[in-house]
Order: sequence, then C-alpha cells, then structure tokens
Amino acid sequence: MFDSKRRLFALALVGSAVALASGCGSSGSSGSSSGGGGNSSGGSGSHMGGTMKLQATGNPDSLDPAIAYEVESWQNLIMTNDGLTGFKRVGGPDGATLVPDLATAVPQATDGGKTYVFHIQPNVKFSNGEPVVPSDFKHAWERDFLVGSPGTWTLGSIVGASKCTAKACNLSSGVVADDSAMTLTVHLTAPDPEFLDKVALPFSDAVPKSAPNKDIGTNPLPATGPYMFKSYVPGQSITLVRNPQFHQWSKDAQPQGYPNEIVWQLGLQADAEVTNVENGNADWMFEQPPPGRLNEIATQYKSQVHINPLTATYWFFMNVNTPPFNNLKVRQALNYAIDRNATVKLYGGPALAQPTCQVLPPNFPGYEQYCPYTANPAAGGKGAWTAPDMAKAKSLIAASGTKGQNVTVWSETTTLSKSEGEYVVSLLNQLGYHASLKSLDRGVYFDTVDNSSNKAQIGWWDWYQDYPAASDFINTLLSCGAYIPNDDHSNNAAEFCNKSVDSTIKTALSQGATSTAAANQSWAKADQMITDQAPWLPMFNPKNIDFVSKRVGNYQFSPQWLFLLDQAWVQ
Amino acid sequence: MAEVATAPEAGQLATADSPQIAGKSPWGLAWRRLRRDRAAIAALIVFVLIVVTSFAAPLYANHIAHTDPFQSNVDGTITQNGKKVSVLQTNALGIGVTPIGPTWHSQYFLGADSQGRDVMARLLYGGRASLLIGIGSALIACLLAAIVGLVAGFFGGLIDSILSRLMDVIWAFPVYLLAICISTVLLVKGLQVGPVGVNPNSLWLPTIIIGVVYVPYVARPIRGQVLSVREKEYVEAAIAQGASNLRLIFSDVLPNVVTVVIVLLPLMIANTILTEAALSFLSIGVRPPNASWGTIIGDGQELLYVRPWVSIAPGIMILLTVLSLNVLGDGVRDALDPRAKLRVEGDGS
Repeated sequence: MFDSKRRLFALALVGSAVALASGCGSSGSSGSSSGGGGNSSGGSGSHMGGTMKLQATGNPDSLDPAIAYEVESWQNLIMTNDGLTGFKRVGGPDGATLVPDLATAVPQATDGGKTYVFHIQPNVKFSNGEPVVPSDFKHAWERDFLVGSPGTWTLGSIVGASKCTAKACNLSSGVVADDSAMTLTVHLTAPDPEFLDKVALPFSDAVPKSAPNKDIGTNPLPATGPYMFKSYVPGQSITLVRNPQFHQWSKDAQPQGYPNEIVWQLGLQADAEVTNVENGNADWMFEQPPPGRLNEIATQYKSQVHINPLTATYWFFMNVNTPPFNNLKVRQALNYAIDRNATVKLYGGPALAQPTCQVLPPNFPGYEQYCPYTANPAAGGKGAWTAPDMAKAKSLIAASGTKGQNVTVWSETTTLSKSEGEYVVSLLNQLGYHASLKSLDRGVYFDTVDNSSNKAQIGWWDWYQDYPAASDFINTLLSCGAYIPNDDHSNNAAEFCNKSVDSTIKTALSQGATSTAAANQSWAKADQMITDQAPWLPMFNPKNIDFVSKRVGNYQFSPQWLFLLDQAWVQ
Repeated sequence: MAEVATAPEAGQLATADSPQIAGKSPWGLAWRRLRRDRAAIAALIVFVLIVVTSFAAPLYANHIAHTDPFQSNVDGTITQNGKKVSVLQTNALGIGVTPIGPTWHSQYFLGADSQGRDVMARLLYGGRASLLIGIGSALIACLLAAIVGLVAGFFGGLIDSILSRLMDVIWAFPVYLLAICISTVLLVKGLQVGPVGVNPNSLWLPTIIIGVVYVPYVARPIRGQVLSVREKEYVEAAIAQGASNLRLIFSDVLPNVVTVVIVLLPLMIANTILTEAALSFLSIGVRPPNASWGTIIGDGQELLYVRPWVSIAPGIMILLTVLSLNVLGDGVRDALDPRAKLRVEGDGS
C-alpha cells in the first residue's frame, strides 16, 4: 500500500506497540494502550452512544470498495462493509489474525491449494434490506474489473480473471456461487498462499447486484457493516450512522460499534486539527500532527498521544536507468552518505522512527536486519545502521566520474516529503552534484514520478504493507513485473529489474505454498540482494502517532486498520 | 497710451535688470516635484536600502554569520553562553524537533528553520531572488505591454481588435490562478520555444511567467494613452509632413506614452513581488534549496506556533518593499502628472 497515511494500510506483525500512556482506556482516562489485551471490543454497555468527531484535510479517494485504495477510505469502509474474511478487529498483534467474516469459517485450500469453498453467513442483509448471497461476491469481483479497480491484482489468481477487462468480465469458470446452498467455490490457476489475505481487503467486499459498474461517487453502496453512510459532501463532511439492518454475527471480524454517529469534518489543515483536538472540538485527526506541534502535544497532552510502530518504509528511489543513478557506485555512495538520524529528526524525532538500510520493515516475514551502508558495518552487513560514512561515499562518487551532474530530486508538497527532499538535495550538493528540488501535489506526484517517460532521477516514496507478506514489498515494488514502462501506475519507480533478484523472488513465491520458513529465508536473501544493488535510498521505518481528545476511551491500534474508530467510545 | 509691461520671454538675453530665467525640461520639473515629496523620497530610500542589503547577502553569510544558507544543518550545533547547543533540538521524550530560536547575534540572528539553516542569511538571499524576479518580470511586462499597446493603439482596426481581445482573454483569468496554472504545467519540463529553452530550475521561468500574465494590466493604459496621443495636432502635422509610421511611433507617440510606463513600473514591481511570493509559497516558483521570501514563508508555516519569526521576517520584508514601491509609485505619478492630483482635488472640493 502506498504512501503515507493517505494510502493503503497494511498489517503489522509487530510484536508490541509502544504507547505514550499505558493502561486500558475509559472515557477521560489517561489513554489506552495499543496492546489490545484487556481492551473492550464490540459496542455494548454504558459507553454506547454519542457522536464521534473526526477530522481530515482531504477527501477519501473513494467510498466505493472496488476503487478505494487509501487509508482514509478504508478506515470508513471497514465500518460499513464486509468481505469473506477479515482481520480481527482488536488492537495489538492479535489484530493481524485472519478470521472469517461473511464466511462462516476460514476454509482450507484443497485440490493442491487451488480451490477454496466458502460457506456464507445466513441472515445477513445489506443496509437496503437485500439479503447477502454468495453470488454477490462473484458480482463484486467482476465489478472490480469492470470499474477499473486498482485492486484487481488481488484477484489475478482466480480462473478466468486473466480474460477480464474493463469492458467485459465473466468469472463463471473460476467462481461458482450457489445461492441456495449458500456456498461460494473459488478455483485458482495456481496455489496462492496469500489468497485469503487478499480477499480480506475491501476490494472483495460484498456488494449488491444493483451496484452500478462505475465509481459510485458520493452515493455509497448499501452494505453490511454496523454503520452506513448517511451523507458525503466532498470537502466538507462525511456522516455515518448505525445500520438498522446490522446484527453482530462475528465479534472478531465485525463487532458492533460504540458511537451512534461518526462525523468527519473535511478540509482542515493539520495545525487546525491539532488545535481542535486540544480544545475538545474534535476527537481525532487523520493526519499526523505537524512536526512543529509535536513537542507541544507530547509535553502538554501526553496522555492523549498514542504511538505505534508501522510496518512501513520511507525511502528515495533512484532511477537505475537515468544518469547519474544508472551507476551502482553513485547509488551506493548516497546510501553511505545519508545521515539516517537526520532524516529521523526531520520526521519528528527518534521516538517516532527507526533508521533502516533495507526494504522490509522490522518484525516482518522475511526480515533479517541488514545494513552494509554504515560506518564500521557489522560482519556481513548484518547489523544496524549507526552513522554515515562520508569518506567512503566521496571516494565512490570520485570513482564513478559523475561529479558535477545536474540532479533533480522529486518530492510531494507535503511538509515531510518536502523537508526530506531538501535534505537530500543538500546532501547531493555536498557530494558535488548540482541538485534542486521539484515538488508536486500529492494528487499528481506518484503518477508523474512513476511514469518512466518523465525520467525522474530520484524521488520520495513510501509504502505500508497491505497484508503481512514480504511479497507485498519486494514483489510489488522491485520485481521486473512491477516495472511498467511509460505507465502512471508502475510501482517500481526505480525501474529496477534484476534477473537474479527476480529468480529469488520466484523461488520465495513458490516456497510460500509449502514452507513459510523457507520462503522467509528466500525473501531475506532477496532483501539483501536488492539492498546491495541499492535502487533505493531507504531512510527509516516510521511509527504512527494518534492524537485523540480527552473524552476518547478504549483506544485500540490495529496493525491492519490502525486506529479502530468505532471501537473507541466518546461517552 | 501707456506701455503694457510684459514679462521677459524665455531665452531673452539677460540684462542687468532682468536676469535670464532658465526653463526646466519636463523631466527636470518632475524630478523637482518628486524631490519635494518627502514620503516618496523616504520610500525610495527604504527600497534602495532593501535592495542593497539583499544584494549584500553573500557578505553577510560569509563574513558575519559564517554559514551556508543553502546547506541543511540538521545535526549542527552552535555555542551559546559557552554551551554547545543543537540547532535542531529534540525534547527528552524524543518526540518533536524544534529549531533554535533567534539568538540576536551574528549566528542564527533570527534563528533556524526546520532544516537547521540560518534564517537571516536566507532572508537576505531570498530578497535577492524576489527582487530579481519582481523587477525582471515587471520590466518584461512593461516591455511587452508597450509593444502591444503601441501597435494596437496606433494602428487600430483589425490589429487593435485582435490584440485587445487577446489581452481580454488573458485578463479574464484571475492573475494568480493563471500564473499557478502556467507554472504547474511548465514545472516538470521547463519552457522550450524553438531553439530557446528555459530550464525548470532557472529563475527565468517564474520571471517570464509572471511578466506575461501582467502584460494586459499595463497594455491597456498604454493603448488608451496612444489612442489619445494619436489624435493630437502635432501627430496630424507629422503625418501631413509625410512621416513614416515608425517615425511617428518612436518620435511622437512613444515619448508621450513612456510616462505611463514609468508611473506603472513601481506599482508593477510591487505586484510581481507579491505574485512571486505566492508562487514560491505554493512550491511552484523558486525551487529549494534556493530561497525567496515566498519559500521562506512556506518553510515557516509548520513552525508558526514555535518559531514564528521564520515566517514573520520575510512577511515584514515583503510588506516594507511593497509599501515603499506603492508610495514611490504614487509620488512618481504626482511628479509626472500633477494635474491628475489637481483634478482629483478639484473634484473633491
């Protein structure tokens, strides 16, 4: 999943979350731990009710489950929609557990891992009163292709999917829906150990057959969750109210929520959002607090701040096909030169991020610590980053013969991206290049730098996992297949395509069906090979900061869905 | 019949009783009127001071502040009261980083920005960029507008219609919106017109963009003046004598139109400086690590609660510059066309 909080979020297999204030929360308490243990889930009791007031600067990218691919969107859709499977709706590491949702159980794969049979929950209705039946899922998947969903990659292994286009899609050969028996049988072209994780994402949520084959815009679809959208005015507000058709069939996957109403106020700047939370005019802000306010909220509102690790990486890609970064020495030099502590400082301080030299984040499947680009590296590079090695960097630059070239560093116009970009510009100038910064609005940034025709030399990027699998980083971002020339949606902005790495990726993917341990070893090897080739300039693995109002209780942070909005109470 | 005493004619030979009165040229008279306008002179002095200090930025940075204002200094330290202090300070919790505040000494006089750079040094360098772009784009606007206004007003007819409608189209767009749109489009690949290319990182790009969007604002008054001058008797006389169009434009029309340009120039510089600041604030003007007053205001936006001087200082500089240019512009207008002021006063009385 892309980008900072505005894009997909991934699961975190983090062992423990760090919270500023400990203890389970109740209204007006000193804040709740994100550890999950002891927290309440499933709205019931005296804390039910009230209106939760949320804030965000921009609109969600879509409220259509087929199209939404940003965090802000998904944090709404998990409260309104359901899929076959889900992730346990609790805070802490347990929140990464896959559980059945509209399926009665998580099925085991049969037929050599190529067939799944789901039994669908009976008596579940959409908010318009229509019953949920197995063919609704087939319809949802075909609709994904017809509306041009960015999530069709999750369905690629279904028989018949390869023939689907935006004009026509018939998955009858791969998906057999028996509405009378309430079963859904899915046939895959090959074993896909990640299939059940993929269908837990909103792209596979059930939609009624009346759903049109286009983005529903500001008219959300009827859905199955405890909440439904009452209104959506872009740039102004989103209002969610309780879904009268909802009944709790699975406390693990879709518990009842606490607030009666959830209202988003849109169009605010982050500074204003901080002030509103401080004053109690809002309960939470979607954006990370701006760096200039962190000291204030950390010292004066300590009990209202929650910090949790994220399985995410922030880096600058280096285009391996464009000078000077088509020279390995230059890419490695930059990795030696960058002061990762400085990048952490620009993010907000050492409590909020951890320096990294590699692709995979810590505590992630396939992660083995590796950093050769540091002063006095550990044996084999298998240690942490400690300090930059400017002397080594300068000698590599001298050997490359590229000193003095012009370099344009790309960044978003957001505060963090721009400040990190300015730092990298300064670093390049120190190394003898003529560097400058080009900042684009987030709305067009990724489409621009991802498209190889723009020949972006070096630029800002970040990624949060979609689900806990190393393939979601390495295969999605750095395989040869991830590089699509002249395409706005090429995830491989570094244009990295290495046959040896690709071969290791293929090995890891096939091992995933049979041995997780073997697969993780292969992923670790791929991570190290990529780090050695240095298509990226990794900076740090960030942590997430949630700033909530005093009245918010039962704060829970899920490694998959981040702050579980409807599981917190406001009275 | 008594003789009617008459005043001595200009140029009449002086006698012991009647010394020759040397007449002043229109420019001389204007300068004398301007000199007597204390507000305008004060504004001119302020503007000149701003220009001089801005262009002395390298002296300040190298010899007083001893800093490179374009180099990030995230892990830097300075000595304050005998103690080593980080330029970017983290609190004990490791959350939040605050740049050092104004020291009111040579180093970090106005404090540091979020990259650990000296704000005062950047302020002076920023002034250079803002003034260069502001003055450059105003000159481009005036030059292009003079050409358009002269041609449209002098030739009239179809040429006037085409040029006037073109100016109307440009004028229909709010100037900031038009500048933002053009800047965004040219931001990625720069400007290429035939063999001439402008690098997207060059200061020429925002200079040309801002100059072009302001052309209609100067072309219209110039065209109006040309239309008026074209009907004067001396122009008719020159036409009757067989003067060519080119001669008419440069010898008879242009000298009587140039005062319009001179009056508008300081006001245009004020507008273009403001526009440049807006574009740079939006990250589509001057590019980091280069500084302009607009980029520095943008840098300080996130620090308003903790280090407001980062944004306030360039704001004050823009205020003083624009104010001084506006006052100067009023003074120049009064000096060149005192009847305009009298007409206003006459209407008011």
